[in-house]
Parts: sequence; structure tokens; C-alpha cells
Amino acid sequence: MTIEKIIFLVIAAVTLGAAVMVVTARKLIHSALWLILALFGVAVVYGLLDAGFLAVAQVVIYIGAIAILFIFAVMLTRRVMNDTDSQNNQYWWVAAPLSVLLFGGLTWMLSSWQGFSTELPKLTPEAKSGMLKQLGQVLVSPDGYVLPFELASILLVAALIGAIWVAWDRK
Amino acid sequence: MATNTLIWLLPLFPLLAFFVIVLFTNRNKALSHTIAVGAALLSWLGSMIVFVRALQGGLPFEEAIDWIPLGETHFFIGVRVDQLTAVTLFFVAWTVLMIFIYSVGYHNFGQPKGDHDHKGLPPHGAKVTDQHGHVHAVPSIEPMYSRFFAFIALFAFGMYTLVVSDNLLTLFVGWEIMGLCSYLLIGFWFAKPSARAAAIKAFLTTRVGDVFMLLGIAYLYSETGSLSYNVIFSKHTLEKLTEPAGFLGMSIAGLIGLLLFIGTVGKSAQWPLHVWLPDAMEGPTPVSAMIHAATMVSAGVYMVIRMFPLLSVGWQEGGALTPTMTVMACIGAGTALFAAVIAVAQNDVKRVLAYSTISQLGYMIAALGIGAYVAAAFHLVMHAFFKALLFLGSGSVIHGMEHGVLHTGDHSVDPQNMFNMGGLRKKMPVTFLTFTIGGLALSGFPLVTAGFWSKDEILADAFGNGYWLAFIVLALAALLTAFYTARQITLTFLGEPRTKEAQHAQETKWTMTLPLVVLAVFAVAAGWVGIPEGLTGGAIPNWFHEFVVGTLPEYLPALEFNFLPMLLSMIIALSGLTLGWWVYREVKAGQPDPLAKLLGTFYTWMKNKFYFDELYDRLFVRPAYWLADTFTNKWMDRGVIDGFLHTVARVAFSMGGVLRNYFDLPVVNGFGDAVGEGTKSFGKKFRAVQTGKVQQYMLSVLVFAVGILFYYLLSLLQP
Amino acid sequence: MIPLSWYLIFSAALFCIGLYGVLARRNAIAILLGIEVMLNATIINLVAFWRYRNPEPMHGQAFAVMVFAVAAAEVAVGLALIISIYRRRNTVVADDIDIMKW
Repeated sequence: MTIEKIIFLVIAAVTLGAAVMVVTARKLIHSALWLILALFGVAVVYGLLDAGFLAVAQVVIYIGAIAILFIFAVMLTRRVMNDTDSQNNQYWWVAAPLSVLLFGGLTWMLSSWQGFSTELPKLTPEAKSGMLKQLGQVLVSPDGYVLPFELASILLVAALIGAIWVAWDRK
Repeated sequence: MATNTLIWLLPLFPLLAFFVIVLFTNRNKALSHTIAVGAALLSWLGSMIVFVRALQGGLPFEEAIDWIPLGETHFFIGVRVDQLTAVTLFFVAWTVLMIFIYSVGYHNFGQPKGDHDHKGLPPHGAKVTDQHGHVHAVPSIEPMYSRFFAFIALFAFGMYTLVVSDNLLTLFVGWEIMGLCSYLLIGFWFAKPSARAAAIKAFLTTRVGDVFMLLGIAYLYSETGSLSYNVIFSKHTLEKLTEPAGFLGMSIAGLIGLLLFIGTVGKSAQWPLHVWLPDAMEGPTPVSAMIHAATMVSAGVYMVIRMFPLLSVGWQEGGALTPTMTVMACIGAGTALFAAVIAVAQNDVKRVLAYSTISQLGYMIAALGIGAYVAAAFHLVMHAFFKALLFLGSGSVIHGMEHGVLHTGDHSVDPQNMFNMGGLRKKMPVTFLTFTIGGLALSGFPLVTAGFWSKDEILADAFGNGYWLAFIVLALAALLTAFYTARQITLTFLGEPRTKEAQHAQETKWTMTLPLVVLAVFAVAAGWVGIPEGLTGGAIPNWFHEFVVGTLPEYLPALEFNFLPMLLSMIIALSGLTLGWWVYREVKAGQPDPLAKLLGTFYTWMKNKFYFDELYDRLFVRPAYWLADTFTNKWMDRGVIDGFLHTVARVAFSMGGVLRNYFDLPVVNGFGDAVGEGTKSFGKKFRAVQTGKVQQYMLSVLVFAVGILFYYLLSLLQP
Repeated sequence: MIPLSWYLIFSAALFCIGLYGVLARRNAIAILLGIEVMLNATIINLVAFWRYRNPEPMHGQAFAVMVFAVAAAEVAVGLALIISIYRRRNTVVADDIDIMKW
């Protein structure tokens, strides 16, 4: 039981607990806040996986923008929701076993894959330090992922415009 | 013009006249009769040319064309003029032309249209006002004038075709055309029920004969493979036909001859098929003259004369008669006597002549039956002349009487009844003279009439060959012939007029009297071509015999002249004429026939034609009507056939109903409806899946996705 | 060292929790929250695979960045939609937004 394992287990437990609370909290604002915690946990996991850039990006984008957006949305639509009623709809009793089943199935399927229990490959410190630069280069080099990168930015612009247009109050 | 071409043209002129009149000139009376008489004239001219050329030699003129291809050979039709044809053409041409000219006057050409004349009824007369203001009733023109000429033109075509043809088929064609025309012409005044009935009777009775004739023709064709005269009368064919036919011991030729003879029995009105001829007097008088004297009935005799080689197969001159010839002799002689007896008791001037025709035809057939070929042909030619003369004369008499009827206005008087006439010799001298000549010829007045020579030859033949029964019967018939002829002449012309109508009778126009005169000349002179050689000791040759006998394959010498039969026939003729004149010379108006009291019941039988019409009516006509009406119409046609059809219809209908109700509606419609309704209800039920709720959709997706996943996993488990 | 299996199980679990949230929540925003959880689970999966299978080239991370961008765009549009619906219909209950049905 190495220290990494312990850290991992703790973080995993926190994240999963937070996720459970996200989907079961009675008040919506609490769900949003539990989401923030879950996202934090996920960021730590990224860190464990030597994806430093992603960990920071997660915090900045997800927690800094998306989660805040959720809180805005909750606040804007607060009048209607009566937070004391159950948040579960009529199908929850089907959804729960289904999810469990799916989890079991996925796990089982993955376990029969021979690469299931590979060990962590070692990375030299030079490689680790050059990862950020390499990522940057990959993202913008023509024989890298510049096209998907640009497309993703176009997508974001489109989404932006779309969101403005859809939510515009036309009164 | 080549003789053969001329012969082909002879029937064509009247045929063309028929078509032109029917198609184009029907409205124009003058043009129609001009065309008809013109055609008759042309055919007459052609016939005379052919006759003259025939006299010069080179007979037979024949030409045949191949008409129908039959396997390897052809069926040939054509024309053939031999000696018999030549003499027949002679009398046919003259009588036809005379009758055509006569018809112009008979149908009152030039007279005004009648007051209330209808097509289909005899003309009734017109009222005319002359310059003094007197109103006269005058004869009116026949309304269907052109039609008459068209019909007699077609008739002439039929007769010419029959005479000039060289095979039995075209002969039969001409035969049937004449049958049709006789129907059309007897029923010319079609609005009279009696005329219609007479036309049907004529056609059907002759048809009975024609059926047998056709059988004979078919039998002949099947035995010999041809119908042309030069083939069937060849020695080789005739020998083939002497084989027995297996029917009453006759040879094939004899049986064929018998069947063909039955056709003549019908067409020439011999007993038992004689019933149509007296009734045929319903037609206009030119028709009676044409059909029943000169041409149609003569055609029957002409045909058997032609077929003589066939009938007489196996007969030698002076030997035993073949069965067919015996039958002919019996029927001919019997009919001659039978008809003569009936003629004695008839009052209608045309009826007497009708029965006289039947009787004279019997003479000819009897002559042929006893083998007197030339005598039969001779009598045929002579009879045509004087019988046509007599009929046309009777028409003239009737016209004169009708004039009297129009004058007095009393239409209840029958202008045709001899007992209403009398003394017409003063009023109608030309008619009187010519009629008397014809009557004397009919009776066989010695030496100066044609009938004497021809009738005498028949009697001489019977006498000379020892056919005593035939001789006695024929002699008796001759006596009666003279008797009724004298009766007729006495009642009609001699004495004093018995009615006012007879007093006011008038002579007829030249168009009617001219033919009478021409025919009278022939009636006197024509017989001199056949004077037996023995009478003049060879000074005058018997031209007719020598000429006509050339038709036969073997030369038949003329009979040895015997004075006895000639003397007997002279005595018979003169005594018959005297007796007839003596009995009837004193008959006054209103008096009955002197014979009636004398003969009593037998007279009634004679007057009623021995009730043969009534017998046939019971035996044949009524059963035929029953068959047609009750059996065929009611039972078969309406009962069986219609019943069958109705049943089929009903079955089909009910089947249709069943199909509709039990199959079409439930299954077919039902299926269609079910598809529609099913789709609708399925859709209705399935719609519920689309709730619009996104989470539900996702759940459904996941359920199936998980299912597939697990299926995959389970399949992985199975090694 | 942590075997790959741990990360995979972890992400699977996170995914299924998020799935439950999507399927079982009434509020439309709560559904979106569940979707976010699921997305994060997939990105973890991606990154784990990258690290354990082929860490030298940065393709895995690049892919993950793309997913980030897409996720952000999707959240923005989704929330805009919900706001718009809320304005018209005055409701955010997913079950009430069911016009697209039979």
C-alpha cells in the first residue's frame, strides 16, 4: 500500500461521495456546490496522472466557469422549483438498478481485457518537464492537432452565439 | 361477236336491267320499263343469233371456266348450247319478250295515278273529269310499276342462266332464282293476305321438291365427281352409274334421276306437289303467263329432258322401262288426267288455265317417262307458246271486265269469274280471235294448230310402243282438255253478256294485243316443223326430230308413222270441243253450271280440287305450325333454352351473392380494412412511446444498451 | 503503483453515478449536472489510458482538451436553452417539457 494508493483511495472516495450528493441532494443549489467538490477531486486525480495542465485547466474551466454558470442558472430559475419536494422523477427506481447493472457490466467487460492491470510506465524527469511544451506544440502544429483545435474554437464561438441567441429575452 | 361470248351475255342483260332499275330508276316508270324491255329485246336478239348459228351447224357451242379450285382439279362452270338448248332458247326469248311488252299495257302505263291506290294492293282506278264535265272511272297505273319490271327482269336472268348452263350447279342456281322471283311476284300485291299466303305456299311446296333435287345433285356429284353435262353423260360415267344403288333395286343413275325428278314434281306442279300452282294465280297475269306457262314450270320439264340419259340408263328403245321412268310415266299421266278433271269444274278463268298447265306438264313428263324424248321436247316448246298466249289473253279479258266494273262502279262483281262474262267476242275481237287460236292449239285442233302435232306425237308414241294404260289415260285427258277449253271459250266469248260489266267491256291497248297476235302466229305455225315424215310420205322432213335428237348420245329414230293414233286424237279433239260448246252455249245469267246437277257430289269434289289442300293442311301445315309455335317456341325456346339461361343467371347471381357476402366483404374488404384499422390502432398504441420526455427516451436506450451489453458478455462466457 | 484497473473502475463508477442523475432527476438543471459528472468520468478515462499506454506523445491530453472545449460549449448552450424554456413555460421540470410527442 503505497502512499499514492492511499491518496488515490481518499480522493476517489471524496469524489464519488460528492458525485452521489450531486445526484441526490434535495436542494439544487446544494447539488451545484457538491459538483464543485467533485470537480476538485477530479482535478487532483488528473494531478496524480501527471496531467498537470489538465488539472489546472479543470479547475479554471470547470469550476471557475461551468460550475459558476450552473449556480447562475439555478439562481435564475429558483422561483419555480419547490426545493422541499423530492427531486426524483417517476423513473428513479428503474434508473438506479440500471446504473448499478451498467457499472457491473462495464467493470466485468474491462476486467476481461488483458490490458486491465497494466502498471504505470515510468517517465523520466526530462520527459515530465517537457510535457507542457510538448502539449502546446501538439495543439498548434500543422502535423499535430491544430485543425481540431481551431474547430473546437469555432465550436465555442458558435455555442456562444447560439446561447446568446437562444436565451435572449425578446420582450 | 363470237357465239360463246354471246351466250354468256344472254343472262346478263336482264340481270343488269334488274340492278339498274332497283338501284337507280325505281322512281321513273317510263325509264324502268324501257330498260327492262330493252334488256329483253337484247337477250331476244342474242338468242335469235345463237339459234340461227346453231341451225348452221357447229353444235354444241360450249365454254367452261374453272371456278372453284378443288384439290388438284377445278370445279368448272360454263355455258353449253346444243340442239335442245337452241330450241328452248328460241321459245324462252320470244315468250319473255312478249310478256315484257304485255306488262307495259297490263299495268296501265300512261294512265293517271289512282285515287286511293296503295303499294301492295292492285290499282283501284281513278276518277277523271273529261271536257264535258262527266266523271269517269278509269284504270289507274300500278303503284309498284318499276318493281314489277325489276322482278321479271331478275326472273328472266334466272331462266336464261338455267337454259344456257352446262352443269347442274348453275342450273340449280337459275332454278332457285326463279323460285325466289316466283315468290316475289306471286306475292307482288303483298297487302292482300291471300297473295301472301299463296307466295309462301308456292315457295315452300317447290322447296320440298328442291330438297330432293339437291340430294340428287349431291349424290350425283359424290358418285361421279362432276356436275358438268359432258362429264356425267359420257359413256364411261353412265356405265359406272348402272350399278345398283341398293334402294328398291334401282341403279344409281335411276335413284339420282328419281331424286332430280322429285324436284321437277315440285317445280312443274305435278301431283302430289301441285297445290301451289292454282293459288299462284294471285299474282298479276303476266306473272302467271311467265312463270306458269312459258318459263318456270317449263324449266322443270327442261331439266328432266336434259337428264334423260341419266334416267334412261339401262333402257333400250322398245324395251322395259326403268323404275324411274315408270314412276315418271305414272305421275305424269295421272296428273294429266287429275288436273284435267278439276279444270272442268273451275269458274275462274285463270284457274282453268292453271290446271290446264298442270295437266299439259303431266303430258310432257309422261312422254319422257315412256321414252318419247323428242315428243316431250316438242310439246314443251309448243305448249309454251300457246299457254303464254292463253294466259295473256285471259289477262286481256280480265282487263276488259275490269273496265266494265269501273264503269258500273259495282266492285262486288268478280271480273275473273267466267259466269259473269259472255259475249265478249263483240267487245274484244282481237282478244277473242287470239284466245280461240290458243284454245284450239291446247285442245289439239287438227292440222292447223301447233298443239295438235305435239300432242299427237306423244299419243302416237304411247300407242306405238304399246303403253296402253298411258295411252288411254292421256287420251282421256285430251278429251277433257278439249272439253274444258271449249267450255271456257263458250262461257267467256260466245253467247250474250251475262252481266252489265260484261256489256261494258272494252278491247285493250296495242301493247297488250300485239303480243297476243305474235304468239298466235307461233301457236298456229310452230307445229309445222315437227310433222311426222310418214304423213307426207317424206315430202316434208321432220326437222324438229332430226334436230333435237342430236342431243342424245345415240340416235333415236322417229317412230314409224301410224295413222290410227292421229285419227283417234283428231276425233278426241273435235268431239271434246263440240261437246264443250254444246253444253255451255245456252247458259244465262245467274244460272248454275249445267254439270253440277249432272255429276252431283262428284262435281263438288271436282270443284274443291279433291280436297288436297285441306288434306295437306291437316297433314303437314298444322303440325308444322304446332312444331314451330308450341314445341319450338314455347317449349324449347322459352322453356328449355330460356329456362336454362334463367337458371344459369340465377345460379350466377346467387353465387355472386355468396361470394360477395362470404368472401368479398369479410375477407377481401376485411383484409383491407384490417390493414388500415390495424395500422391505425397499432399506431395509436405505439404513439404512447413518444411521451416527449427526454429522460424516458434515455432510459429506453439504456435498457436496450445494457441488454446488448450483457448479451455480449454472456456470449463471451461461452467458450 | 496504482494499476490501471483502479482508475477504470473509478471512472466507471463516476459515469454510472452521473447516469443515475441524468435519468432520475426532475429538474432539468440537475440533469445537466449529471451530464457534467459523466463527462468528467470520460475525461478521466481518456487521461488514464493516455498515461498508462502511451505517455510520450501528448495525443491523449490533446484529445482531453478537445473534450473540455466541447463540454463547455454544451453546458453553455444547454443552460441557455433551459433559461429560454423557463421564460416561456415557467417551468424547469423536465417532465413538463413534453411538446415533442404524438
